[in-house]
Amino acid sequence: METVIHWISQPWPWYVSGFLISLMIPLLALFEGKPFGVSRNFRHMCAAILPGKDQYLKYDWQRLGWWNLTILCGAVLGGWVASTYLAPDQLHLSMAATQLIQGWGVSVGKALSPAFFINTDFLLSAKGLLVFGVGGFLIGFGTRYADGCTSGHAIAGLSNLQLPSLVAVIGFFIGGLLVSWFVLPILFMN
Amino acid sequence: MRTQIFRVLYYLMVGIFFGIVMTKSEAVSWFRIQEMFHFQSFHMYGIIGTAVGCGALFSYLIRRFKAKDLTGAPIYFERKTPHGKYNLRYLLGGILFGMGWALTGACPGPVFVLLGHGFGVMGVVILAALVGTKVYARFHDRLAA
Repeated sequence: METVIHWISQPWPWYVSGFLISLMIPLLALFEGKPFGVSRNFRHMCAAILPGKDQYLKYDWQRLGWWNLTILCGAVLGGWVASTYLAPDQLHLSMAATQLIQGWGVSVGKALSPAFFINTDFLLSAKGLLVFGVGGFLIGFGTRYADGCTSGHAIAGLSNLQLPSLVAVIGFFIGGLLVSWFVLPILFMN
Repeated sequence: MRTQIFRVLYYLMVGIFFGIVMTKSEAVSWFRIQEMFHFQSFHMYGIIGTAVGCGALFSYLIRRFKAKDLTGAPIYFERKTPHGKYNLRYLLGGILFGMGWALTGACPGPVFVLLGHGFGVMGVVILAALVGTKVYARFHDRLAA
């Protein structure tokens, strides 16, 4: 067991990670014919918590969404297991990216996420509200409008040769490039 | 034996597997996402490329051999409905999501994985995403398709 944990705790190369992520497709398809996709859980949660009068949220979310919401609970647990037991702080960022991000005034270490993420002062600042509030809003609105996210479109959709998924992924990159090149430097560099 | 408890445990295990893989692949890292959008490493492209390549092979084999799931039902892969000539909803929605992805450094899966890492701020991201979903639900029939 010790050796297994030591082995898993090593940094994972991209081809191992990519292969393991692709297993989500057969793991769900062969069990009960389910599709891989995470973001539709936001619809299930919204239908559960605040359906209101919207037809879009009037459906049997328990019957249709319980399995996907269960996966989400597992994902939280998996994050906890990995960050607690499987050598969490091992980021291997490229030198170029390290320099770029340090140039924005954000410190880079071994941790997977920036230190300011866990700082409540940042959350309550105007910038923090923009990053987490507006960012979260765009994730919720954008994934429903695009009918999927990185898992449903980039992994499952492209694997299944869906043209709409290719269009969506091109959109992901247009939006991501715009923000990462032109918004984040201004946001952090002062 | 497919009892309800077994099914819940199965999906829970799949989720735990997903959370571990997303962490160890470093795909949950804000730094890695910015690095990807600045084309400064092959890492994320390697992950997505391998996942799509292997996923395509699995999907092909399942179709090719007309595989059935454990319940004995034939497996259908959902098809995304094409919209119009340019699939505008996929492009516009994709752009908006991409902006959120770069801002928070997380997509809908990693948001929950990072919550498990102890990043409470992801709770704010989830709440904001639910507001975004609600606004979409309210106005979706007035948006370009």
